Parts: sequence; C-alpha cells; structure tokens
Amino acid sequence: MGQDPRTSAPWLRPPRHLVSPVAVWYWTARAAIGWVVLIVLEVIWMVGFPGSSGWHWALLAITAALAVGHLIVMPRWRYRVHRWEVTPVAVYTQAGWFHQERRIAPLSRLQTVDSERGPIEQLFGLVKVTANTASAAGPLRITGLDRATAQGLVEELTAIAQQTPGDAT
Amino acid sequence: MLILLPVQEILKNIPWLVVLVLAGNGSGKGPLWGLAGLVIALSTGTLRWFTTSYQIGAVQVQVRRGLLRRRTLTVPRERVRTVDLTAHVLHRMLGLASITIGTGRTDRKDDRGLKLDGLSVQDAAWLREELLHHSGAAPTGGVAAEDATLPAELARWKPQWIGYGPFTLSGAVTVLAVVGFGFQIVNEDHLNPSRLGPVDAALHQLGSASTPVLVVGLILAAAIVISLASTFGYILAFWNYRLTRQSGTLQVTRGLLTTRVISLDERRLRGVEFSEPLLLRWVKGGRCIAIATGLRVGRGAERGGSMLLPPAPRAVARSVSALILGTAAPVEGKLLEHGPVAHRRRFNRVLLVTVPVMVILLIGWRLGDVPGWPWLAVLVLLGLGMPLAEDRYRSLGHAVVQGRLVVRSGSLVRRRCMLSSEGIIGWNLHQSFFQRRAQVVNLTATTAAGRQAYRMQDLTLAEAVRVAEQARPGLLAPFIVTGPVPAPLEAPIPGPA
Repeated sequence: MGQDPRTSAPWLRPPRHLVSPVAVWYWTARAAIGWVVLIVLEVIWMVGFPGSSGWHWALLAITAALAVGHLIVMPRWRYRVHRWEVTPVAVYTQAGWFHQERRIAPLSRLQTVDSERGPIEQLFGLVKVTANTASAAGPLRITGLDRATAQGLVEELTAIAQQTPGDAT
Repeated sequence: MLILLPVQEILKNIPWLVVLVLAGNGSGKGPLWGLAGLVIALSTGTLRWFTTSYQIGAVQVQVRRGLLRRRTLTVPRERVRTVDLTAHVLHRMLGLASITIGTGRTDRKDDRGLKLDGLSVQDAAWLREELLHHSGAAPTGGVAAEDATLPAELARWKPQWIGYGPFTLSGAVTVLAVVGFGFQIVNEDHLNPSRLGPVDAALHQLGSASTPVLVVGLILAAAIVISLASTFGYILAFWNYRLTRQSGTLQVTRGLLTTRVISLDERRLRGVEFSEPLLLRWVKGGRCIAIATGLRVGRGAERGGSMLLPPAPRAVARSVSALILGTAAPVEGKLLEHGPVAHRRRFNRVLLVTVPVMVILLIGWRLGDVPGWPWLAVLVLLGLGMPLAEDRYRSLGHAVVQGRLVVRSGSLVRRRCMLSSEGIIGWNLHQSFFQRRAQVVNLTATTAAGRQAYRMQDLTLAEAVRVAEQARPGLLAPFIVTGPVPAPLEAPIPGPA
C-alpha cells in the first residue's frame, strides 16, 4: 500500500501493530507443505515414467528454485504488510503481499469475533482472529497473533460489539 | 445426547461407506474396509460430541468446538436475531432438537451460523425463549407508518412492455435445454430422424443450399426461437405486474399462471439497483432490483424475491427507482469519472489476455505446424475487446448524492447501484502490485444487503479517501495522512495493553 513520497494527496497510513514475528515461520511452513507435495509428485512421475530424464531434472530444478524464492520472499514480505489496529471506533487491518488489502469496519457493526487455531498455527502458538460484520464481503482477518495478544483482542472486541444495540445491519 | 452425533455421522457418510465396501470387494476384503470406515465415522461423531461445548453468558453466547482446529465462536446476545429450532426424524425418535442461532449475517452459504445439535427438546425450547426474549431482538426504529392510507401504486404493467421480452434472452437457457434433451433422445433411442418423411424432405432441401446461406439461416432460426421463448417467459413471469407501497412495505404482484405476491419491509431496504443488460440497453430498456438485507442478490435475482421492476422502458425504471428511494437525485445525477489510469487499465486487461496468446500462435504458425486460423481468431477477439474495454470505462462512475453512494459499472450488464450510507458497514481497499505502482485503488463498500459488496474500480488514492469520508464521515478520518507516508515500522509492536 505504498505511496509516492513526492505526492501530498491524502491517503491512509498503515495500521499500527505488526503481528507476531513467529508468523514468518508459520507462513513459511504453510507454503512449504504445498511445494513439498508438488515436488513429491514430480519425483513420483520421474520414477514412475523414466524416459527423457533431462526434462524431468530441469522441471525439478525449476520447481525447487521457485519454491526457495517463494519461501524466502513471501513470508518476509507478508510480515511487513500484515498489520492491525483497534481504535475506539473501528478495526483496521492490512493483509496480503503481492496484492494487498486494507479493511476497515466500525466497531458498532461488529457481529461476531472468532479465534481459530489450525494444526500448523498450534505448532507455532499462533491464533487467527476474525471480526465478522453482517456483510459476507467484510470479515476482517488477523493472522499470526500470539495467544496473549489474541485473547486480549477478542475480549476487547467482544466487549465493544456488545455495547451497541441493534442487529448491526 | 451422546448417541446422536455418531449416528448422524454414519448416516451422512453412507455413500462413502458403500463406496468403500464396493471398492474393497475387488480385493475380497469389502466388509473389513466397511468396518474401518464405520469405526472412523463413529469416532469422528463421538469426538465431535466430546469437543463441542457451549456457554450462554449474560452478554454473549460462546461455542467451542474442534479437536485439531479449535474454534471459539462468540456472539454478543444483542446480535441474536433469529433462533431456529429444527427436529429431523432422528431427532424426534430420540426426543432431541437442534438450534441455529442467526445473527442476520444474511443467508451466507459457507456460514451455518451457530448451530447447537443434540439438545433435548425442553432445553432447546428454553434456550430459544431465553435468547429471543432477553436480547432485545425487537425491530428497531421504523419508517413513519401511515396505516390509514391506501396502498399507493408505484408502477403497473403495460402490454407494450412485452416488446422488451425478446431482449431479455431469458428464453436462451430453456431453448438450449430443450435442444439438448432432443439430442439425448435421438442418441439414446437410436432414432434416426432422417427416416421420418418430412425431416428427410427438409434435410434434402437444406443439403442443396450453400454453406453461408445455411449458417445465416440457422442463426436466424435460433434468434427467432430464442426471442419467442424469451417473450413467452416474460409474459408468464411478469403478466399483470404491480408495485405498491403501503405503510412501509413494498409489494410486488405478478405472474400469469401462478400469481406471486412478494412483500418487502422497507426497513430492510438499503437501496435500489438499476441494471441494463447490453441488449436491453440497445432498446432503451432497464430493470430494477432491491438492495435489501436478508435478500441475497445473485444469478436470477431479476426474477426472484428482490425484483422490483421487470424489463421496462428506461424512463419507467428511473422513475420507479426515484419513487422507491424518495429522491430522484441519485438516479438522475451525473457521476464522476474514474480517470485516465482506470481508462488505461481497462485496455490493458484486454491486451494482456489476448496479445501473448496471439504472439505464441503466430510464432507457432510461422515456425511450427500450427494452422493459420487460431491467431486470426484471437485477433478478432482482440478487435471485439477494444470497444468492450471502452464501454466498460464509460460505464465506470461514482458519486455520493443525498446520503446515497451511487456506483455504476459493467458493460454486458451495466448496473447503477444506489446504496444508502447507513447501509455501509465497512470499507475494503484492494491494491494489486500494479495498482500500487499506478497509485490507484479498488474501493469496496461492504453491506449486509444485496450483493454484500459494491466496488469502485481504480480510483485515485485521494478520490477513494474523499468518497469514503463523504459517504460515512469519520470512519476513515483517524487513519488519513497527508504528505509522505511514515516509513513502515520494522520492530514488532506489542498488542494493546
């Protein structure tokens, strides 16, 4: 979400808080699983259909190079992008890496707050917190929070969401 | 009840169990495989029972579930809008029920809401009372109701509107289905149509015609059949259409054989969408659908519950939109253009898709043994894409008029969505890598109504901020900076104290 420093048009600053630095390893692990599956499939193909092995090795080398590049660049880039902030009136998140998205929702329109720990996330002690509004297009997801931060955040958001009456549509 | 979930799990997985047994039969161990599947299903169900717990607090309802994927769903009791109590056959045999707590997150498919399965009937009934009566789920606010007034008629069907029938193309699907069905019958029953006298004669006549004449004739025939089917469909669906308003409720009455009466509480109405499919646009027609909470808009919305006006003259569509909104400004007002970057990006899309493919095919044709026509076909596509890109840009427009966010986009179906500002419950700002370089952003207003998201493509950064602040003042304000953006923070910052 960069901006040319020369221009002075109004734009949004990024949210204040970074996620846990451990998230870098979580993203690496998650992406690595996909790459490992792909490489295993290629090896099976190579062993199962021996033939012009030059092509096989070339394909394997390209895949490995792409995987290494992706696993080095993506998690670090993501870590710089993924941010969140809660103000007295709104939740503000930023996510993505190559494509980036910022989401803002007023606290008065929050409906549910979910915290989720998948198998890989549990390995790294991380939590994903999702703040849902009444819109199917608007869940605000914060991935890679450490447990203490996530718990505090969920409590804070739930308490605030409770304060506004009505069904928040 | 511990028994319910495992049994349900088995019932749900019967197809898989059958497949397992059949697959295992090949190796002579069918029953063994089946048993293994049964054990897995049983243990999954049992585990689900052991790992699900719920808690009804003074301010919130909390459900925890999952073993590997621990989820905690928290819903403030204020947000509970509906409590559905369901009992299937199995439930009834065991004296149980399941409860689904709805929070008005519309009818999202991927979200089953908060479902508590396997409660005893008494518990479920008590829970429903408890949740509904103490949550203040009563309707909020309300439009000034004038109960004494007679229904005011906003629009009424005119026979001339049938003329728009052929341009709806609604018959195309039906015709294709019938043709497909016909082919299937011919294939399956080994019928040879040429053995039938009249068909044989017709085929002979066709055989003597030249290819171009044949092609033109076929296209004409298809056009006529589809037009007739579309007109027929239009008459069936919209005959005697009437739109009335009485004490805060819009009512649509329509239909030839089955008369449908659809009521829409105006408290749920968040705006109106005025759309013009390309063919209808050519004949100066348009239609309207409602943007309302709890009414999902998708394929077929123009015939479903959210339809407000069937294909009709554009002027009628505009005046109906204005009557429903209570003001003509959002319907008639001029929209702001999205600017040169948006213009360029519409063309880039066409070029990025077609040119690389064309170059590869061209090289293949010159150097390899790829025939010559594929690259020419792509060239034709490119030629067609140019006016489409231009039209897509011309459709783009946005404005905030009298408390409504007006968003227009689309070429094959051009839509002008007029969404009330109160209906906006968040903003998404999406930037691809290239959009960041070009300093533009897709601004999406999220809402609980209609399409759930209304997107303005390729706005300049300043314009995006301006529109968002004008539509919902104060929401973005704390985050707006002018001048250089502060450098990204490198050190991790601890969460809120």
